[in-house]
Amino acid sequence: MLSYLIRRLILVLPVAFGVSVICFLLVQIAPGDPLTAIMPVDATAEEQAAMRAAYGLDKPLPVQYAIWIGNLAQGNMGKSIATGRPVAGEVFGAVQNSLLLAVSAAIIAFPIGTFLGFLAGYSRDSWIDRAVTALSITGVSVPNYWLGIVLVIIFSVNLGWLPSMGAGPGGSQSWAWDWLHLRHLILPAVTLAVVPIGIVARTVRALAGDILTMDFVQALYAKGMSRADVLRHVARNAAATALSVMGLQLGYLLGGSILIETVFNWPGSGFLLSNAIFQRDLPLLQGTILVLAMFFVAMNLIVDVAQAAIDPRIQRT
Amino acid sequence: MTLVETTAVEPAPAQKPQGYWAGVGARLVRDPLTMICAGVVLALILAAVFAPWLGLADPYKGSMIARLKPIGTTGHLLGTDEQGRDMFARLIYGGRLTLFIGLMPVVLAFFIGSALGIVAGFVGGLTNTIIMRTVDVFFAFPSVLLAIAISGALGAGIVNSLVSLTIVFIPPITRVAEAVTSGVRALDYIDAARATGASALTVIRVHVIGNVLSPIFVYATSLTSVCMILAAGLSFLGIGVRPPEPEWGLMLNTLRSAIYINPWLSALPGMMIFVTSLCLNLLSDGLRSAMNVRD
Repeated sequence: MLSYLIRRLILVLPVAFGVSVICFLLVQIAPGDPLTAIMPVDATAEEQAAMRAAYGLDKPLPVQYAIWIGNLAQGNMGKSIATGRPVAGEVFGAVQNSLLLAVSAAIIAFPIGTFLGFLAGYSRDSWIDRAVTALSITGVSVPNYWLGIVLVIIFSVNLGWLPSMGAGPGGSQSWAWDWLHLRHLILPAVTLAVVPIGIVARTVRALAGDILTMDFVQALYAKGMSRADVLRHVARNAAATALSVMGLQLGYLLGGSILIETVFNWPGSGFLLSNAIFQRDLPLLQGTILVLAMFFVAMNLIVDVAQAAIDPRIQRT
Repeated sequence: MTLVETTAVEPAPAQKPQGYWAGVGARLVRDPLTMICAGVVLALILAAVFAPWLGLADPYKGSMIARLKPIGTTGHLLGTDEQGRDMFARLIYGGRLTLFIGLMPVVLAFFIGSALGIVAGFVGGLTNTIIMRTVDVFFAFPSVLLAIAISGALGAGIVNSLVSLTIVFIPPITRVAEAVTSGVRALDYIDAARATGASALTVIRVHVIGNVLSPIFVYATSLTSVCMILAAGLSFLGIGVRPPEPEWGLMLNTLRSAIYINPWLSALPGMMIFVTSLCLNLLSDGLRSAMNVRD
């Protein structure tokens, strides 16, 4: 197990390096001179050159990258152009809110998806199977930002049951653990849960269906094991793959909540990202993307290691 | 029964053996759901392409006094938007940009990704390492995040959306193409072809492409639905198509302000995205089973 862990950790390094290069290049592909935002229009060529030197923009790209990564290692992600505050603080505050939303959606989606998938896989080709298949294909096809709007129309506009904006009363941007705030979490979390419900149900259905046709299931029944005990064996065999799909989905939930956060004005990383985009706040854009991508890389790593811990066959490959 | 069958045997008429594509076509025609979805997608594409000749209202002409008319208003079948523009016309015209930006990146990524994947899978070695490790890096980004990151940095615009979505879909297609090609390369007939002295390029052209293209193609079609949702999503965020162009995602965004005045009207553009994406998904599933591609 330890050697597997070390091997897997080493594999992460080049990916993390690549991710940082892409985030660095994001600012380079942005059109326009980054200085125009901060320089007065009538700045002389010398003033511009001085400013360029002050920001290190006169150095070749690899050197700029090295400086950037060096600062990053010390937790310095630069300052936001719009607010002047350090990017790191802004990003981590927002990521916490996004994580809350993503985990809530996962808590809704994973049990429902697993249950539906297992039910469908167990009763292959029945009406239940067809209903679950139809539901999961609908789930993966629906644009969730539109679904969010439809839920707002039903539950906020027509029924008036749930709030549609912000994380707290009056569209507040800060979170607290009470019912007044939790009410605000319901609609975005449910909206975000729909796609993973579809994906998890589809995965578990295929897994359960395949495992149930394996010989060992027949053997277990033949030796007189009860149905519940056989299903426990099936579940254990499906667990490693199912968990890895769910782990990746959690990563997607965090990165993919951007559109939903916009719909519900949720004060998370997506909200921060769209602000950064519209104010052309490139350091903030870069920092947010970097943190979200690194989180996804870490999630991948955790999933792989967990999968290997559950299923010893994986370590050998 | 046996008696009937034996007596019913007649010399079979000379028949041309059915080709692979004829078989695929025959299976598709017998699959009603896939045919319906193909019909819907085709109808949307045709309506979008021929929109100017359909006798629709001007999708850009607004009216201050006829804003947000409900669905079913005389003269405006599906009502009017927040600037008094005819919704039906805008939804049909909206298909032009939405379908174009929703499908084109997958087409481009199919060609680029297949080329990269086939080269990586066939040549192997260092080339494979360089291409596939680069692809791995892109897999570290959830697709939504990558699309928004690139579009956000490049700024709004149709070309920028096409570029960012193409970049998003090249890595997954490359990975599938590489896996399929590596599998084919290990087969005996490739060795046989090489033994006869065929050059690498000839082997790829004659023996590899024909055998790897259909699984890659089916995989690419399964990405069209996600691409549609992402493309409209970029416009919804304001980093895709610019106003006043009709585009479903953008329309969904601008109509959000009308959600308390005329709620169901404001949900219409999203309905179009949903129906298209659902049909694309079902169509891809139908193609997969008709073409006997296993994943």
